[in-house]
Amino acid sequence: MKSNLYFRRVAVIGAGLTLFRRRLLETPQELAWEASRKALDEAGLDLKDIDCVVIGSAPDAFDGVHMKGEYLAHGSGGIRRMVTRVFVGGATGVMVPITAWYHVASGLCQKVLAVAEEKMSPARPHPQSVFRYIWDPITEKPLNPNLIWIFAMEMHRYMYVNKISKEEIALVSVKNKRNALNNPYAQAAGNITVDDVLKSEILVWPVQLLDTSPVSDGAAAMVIVSEDIARRYTDTPVWIEGVGWALDNTEWTGRELTYPRYLEYAARMAYKMAAIERPSKEIDVIEPYDPFDYKELHHIEGLMIAKRGEAPKLLKEGVFDIDGDIPSSPSGGLLGVGNPIAAAGLMKTISIYWQLKGTAGKMQVKKPVHTGLAQAWGDLMQASTVIVMRN
Amino acid sequence: MRIGIVGVGWYGFKPNTREVSFREMMFEAATRAYYDAGNLNPRTDVDTFISCQEDFWEGIAIADEFAPDPIGGAMRPTMTVTGDGLQGILHGVMHILSGLSNVTVVESHAKPSDIKTLRDVIEFAYDPIYGRIGAKNIHFLAGLEATKYMKIRNATREDYASVVVKNKRNGLRNTRAPFSSNLNIDDVTKRDFVVYPLTDLDISRFVDGAVVMVLASEEVARKFNDTPIWIEGIYSATETTLELSNLGEATYMKIASREAYKMAKIDSIRKIKSAFVDDTYSYKELQHIEGLELSQNAVEDLREGEFEIGGKVEVNPLGGHLAGGRALEASGLALLLDAIDYLREGKVDNAVVASWRGIPTFTGAVGVVSR
Repeated sequence: MKSNLYFRRVAVIGAGLTLFRRRLLETPQELAWEASRKALDEAGLDLKDIDCVVIGSAPDAFDGVHMKGEYLAHGSGGIRRMVTRVFVGGATGVMVPITAWYHVASGLCQKVLAVAEEKMSPARPHPQSVFRYIWDPITEKPLNPNLIWIFAMEMHRYMYVNKISKEEIALVSVKNKRNALNNPYAQAAGNITVDDVLKSEILVWPVQLLDTSPVSDGAAAMVIVSEDIARRYTDTPVWIEGVGWALDNTEWTGRELTYPRYLEYAARMAYKMAAIERPSKEIDVIEPYDPFDYKELHHIEGLMIAKRGEAPKLLKEGVFDIDGDIPSSPSGGLLGVGNPIAAAGLMKTISIYWQLKGTAGKMQVKKPVHTGLAQAWGDLMQASTVIVMRN
Repeated sequence: MRIGIVGVGWYGFKPNTREVSFREMMFEAATRAYYDAGNLNPRTDVDTFISCQEDFWEGIAIADEFAPDPIGGAMRPTMTVTGDGLQGILHGVMHILSGLSNVTVVESHAKPSDIKTLRDVIEFAYDPIYGRIGAKNIHFLAGLEATKYMKIRNATREDYASVVVKNKRNGLRNTRAPFSSNLNIDDVTKRDFVVYPLTDLDISRFVDGAVVMVLASEEVARKFNDTPIWIEGIYSATETTLELSNLGEATYMKIASREAYKMAKIDSIRKIKSAFVDDTYSYKELQHIEGLELSQNAVEDLREGEFEIGGKVEVNPLGGHLAGGRALEASGLALLLDAIDYLREGKVDNAVVASWRGIPTFTGAVGVVSR
């Protein structure tokens, strides 16, 4: 990355979410519009004010639509203007605001609507069937692997190398589902115990049902604008101060799964831009990607907020609780709110935006916050996207 | 600030590339582009990477996973734009203008020869509730639009045929044009219709191909190449979806070109001497010329020979898609490659490049390049 950045300041001034649920009746376009309308309303803008639209959606096969960006354009207000869909697998949700950021920072656009939508539930017989076709067609597909198998391998490796127990990891699920009780959009909130997690159905050892996020439909949207525009529409803009992303190679079979090195690279890129030198001291609130409970811990370490293998210890000490030193997933995360893949990543970014704006309602963390971070993860355990925001 | 194209590489542009996988094709194109950019090392010299592809074309549910390795983008900021390659160039320009990068690589590839169910894939691009009519002919929408355009401009079958004749003849000067030939208008009009009013010669054929381009900011471009091709302006636009579109008019091209011209500070359209325009269907070339405002009435100007080599604006002087084939999402980069070749040969000083995403979309991108 260049060191002599001269980019323009970029702010978030509005955001909107739909309910996250399984089998929503709305079409993908309707979901996208519902979130977009809410984001525009919060920003005080109309669709005619928007000059560019960025769309995010993960595999086309979920919605069963080829060229999904073109299809979603209509519902996302992408009519007679610049529209693009970006895609980095499950990490797409945070790539959407990153893309909107460079639309504005480049000077090409002033007011960008960033929209992410996913409708997983129509996939038959189950959304997992879509994941049968993500593998190398020659070397891997004939083995018919399943995504949960490979995440089980990663979880097992993380536990084995760092000597972490299932009980320690289950605390993430307990925390996030509890946090989600405060989130009006949440699908899988609940007051559960470690025992509930340990007694839930085993999917692929060591992954159990309550270690995972649910199948979800939903959409999220943000309004991202230049500094001039932000000052005109709000007294409390939230600034995007650092962005970073990285993709490891495709060959996950040859990768050391204990530590997400690609995430460290992405985080370093974002920290450099945001001038963050000690992430654990300088970041007040985080939304790391948590499709599985172990992933939140894995990502906290990749983000260098905890040392390798030490995230479970900090979790047990309450550092990541809503009233802790670095609240993690105050929204409830994917485990509690739901996981409509791309929309889930943008939901995490929106959670940080609302925290920094002080409008998170019951989700608002107890300590004053000035710097927040959202992160997403995807592809074949190879992609990460990071965004740092300040108020 | 201008953005320089400092290296280009390509592979394929033939109906079938049995000898390589799509990843090998990307690798070949990338190594050639890096060689062209003065033996650039992607692991140290490139800041960001962009790949342009669509899942359904690839037959892989998360095709993005395969983007980094063949282009040297592993453990680097690599992303996918699900769009035409020219839209990828637009994103590369934004990466550089935002200060995010000094050098960005843009890649796009297509391997339609691997697709057994092309008709079904295209059907899936229509709205799932009221757009999927199970049409047996993937070109039916083009037929409707070509008919409407004939009505709007009083165009004839011969006018469309003369676009085919011009482009296939121009393609004889292009190393990437497997469908070039010397035809006359009768050769086109006497063939059976695939869908009225288009024959098979009015419709570009699919080809396999991969293109990689290296973009660099103005301040570092000459480190890699003494004679970069400059991107003066670039923009893309989506008009709407099929249900609400103005069939017969390329409104998306009009919106995109106005912004691209503004960025390139083009005050008079007469300054543009050559155009590399999407001609997936013969009528589309005419429609796109009007969308680019290079002509008020493209049919009349075509009859006057204004789009021939040496004419007012040389349109597709290296054959376009009708001669070179349509490489799905790499189509825009194929047109840009033609423009770069033409500029490097010193034939013209500037060119406009305009791509379209194909049936059933209403999205186009426009770039203005100079030498």
